[in-house]
Amino acid sequence: MQIVLDNLGGYGDAMVVTVELTLLSFVAAFIIGVVMAVFRVSPVAPLRAVATFWVETLRNTPVIVLLFLFFFGLTKVGVRYSAFTSAVIVLSAYTSTFVAETVSSGINSVAKGQAEAGRALGLTFPQLLGLIVLPQALRTVVAPLGSVFIALIKNSAIAGFFTVLDIFGFAERLVNANAQPAPILAGAAVAYLILSLPAGWVVGLLERRVAIKR
Amino acid sequence: MSRLAPPTSFLGDELGPRGRRRVATATVVSVVLIAAVVVVAAMRFSDNGQFRADLWRPFTEWRFLHFLLGGFVNTLKAAAVAMVLAMAIGAVMALTRLGDHRAVRWPAVAYVEFFRALPLLLLIYFTFVALPPLGLHPSVFQALVLGLAIYNGAVLGEIFRAGILSLDKGQGEAAAAIGLSRRQAMITVIFPQAARRMAPAIVSQLITLLKDTALGVLIGFDDALARAKIIGTFSNNVLQSYMFVALCYIAVNLVLSRISHRLEVQQRRLGAAPIDVVGIDDLAVMSIQASAGADG
Repeated sequence: MQIVLDNLGGYGDAMVVTVELTLLSFVAAFIIGVVMAVFRVSPVAPLRAVATFWVETLRNTPVIVLLFLFFFGLTKVGVRYSAFTSAVIVLSAYTSTFVAETVSSGINSVAKGQAEAGRALGLTFPQLLGLIVLPQALRTVVAPLGSVFIALIKNSAIAGFFTVLDIFGFAERLVNANAQPAPILAGAAVAYLILSLPAGWVVGLLERRVAIKR
Repeated sequence: MSRLAPPTSFLGDELGPRGRRRVATATVVSVVLIAAVVVVAAMRFSDNGQFRADLWRPFTEWRFLHFLLGGFVNTLKAAAVAMVLAMAIGAVMALTRLGDHRAVRWPAVAYVEFFRALPLLLLIYFTFVALPPLGLHPSVFQALVLGLAIYNGAVLGEIFRAGILSLDKGQGEAAAAIGLSRRQAMITVIFPQAARRMAPAIVSQLITLLKDTALGVLIGFDDALARAKIIGTFSNNVLQSYMFVALCYIAVNLVLSRISHRLEVQQRRLGAAPIDVVGIDDLAVMSIQASAGADG
């Protein structure tokens, strides 16, 4: 126990890193994911193919394999970034597939008449999506997107194995230096709970604000 | 729903002449852009000599394939044992949580809520490094299986609970009315119906478990990724090795998700609202509670 109290500052810094990692990755994942979801319903066949390829390859590969591939493999073709940046890139690419799936299901849940009305008004496909369908689709998927976000907080822990000093990375370093794994890792667990529980509440709050029940 | 609604969807209404022209232009432009990306990537590879045949050849030789296959078999073994344990833990948690005894209910609630909220990696690492000082000495295999089982037991517990709650209350009441005990009602009436409804969610969680077993490499588990690393170091083709392993995972998981998708479709044909697993493959079964409460 003492070891955790002695390192409270370290845990705090590590939590900040986890938050940065998660937020950056989520913003990127959200943007890519929405684009892929739009590609998927677009009338342009090659774009649909790109979206399917993106989602199916990335989602079906364990994120740790993606990280190995990016971190150790792609250096061979000159793709080199810091551990933190690599983690953000891999986590956002991986998470974007879940965002895409979720947003697609939201798009499919928008009543058909909405799109038909838009078409009747002469809106083009981008207008139709941007003005009519997406705003409604996104509101219906707030809760599932929230669970994607919380999953991301937890997935971000693997960055710790690649020298990023996030909660997991910090705890691992502490374990190696102190040989008191149980309290140190319990501290890390508490740190993750401190982040993921309020995230859950915020999602709930947000949902009540914006969601439309269908 | 998580799986691929046909991409045309409702937006693919018949287009007018102008719309068709726009789509044609967009098609040409996007093909050019995609081709450009592919060419740039290919040049990156060839400039760095990564297309050299000798770097790829190991994956046509049986001894290398056999070596990698052994790694996948290890993964399957660990995943299989973890699945059985996780299902057992999940069943106990769900039944306890739905039971009448408040004293045993809250530990089950605590278990599910606590472990579901933690990174799986943290649990696997914990079972690996934190048990030995306490006098237990799990092997890498055991530590991995234990971590997976603890975590997935919590997730499955939540899925089971949602599945059972999703049934119409009348089912349990009817069973009671014809004189079945609670246990009989659970076994003969509730569980068979709930199991069918839960099947897609369970299968997709088990696929996730299989995927997550790959985390074992971080505590030194001898899986395909670890072996790819050995091949990569030995033949100086890390990039190709990891790409090959990724391809294998994609192939296996594509087949498995087709199966889970088919189950889901079947379920819908039977008229039951399936337990909702939007985008949660990776994690918490949050929306499940909402949807379980909403139907039936």
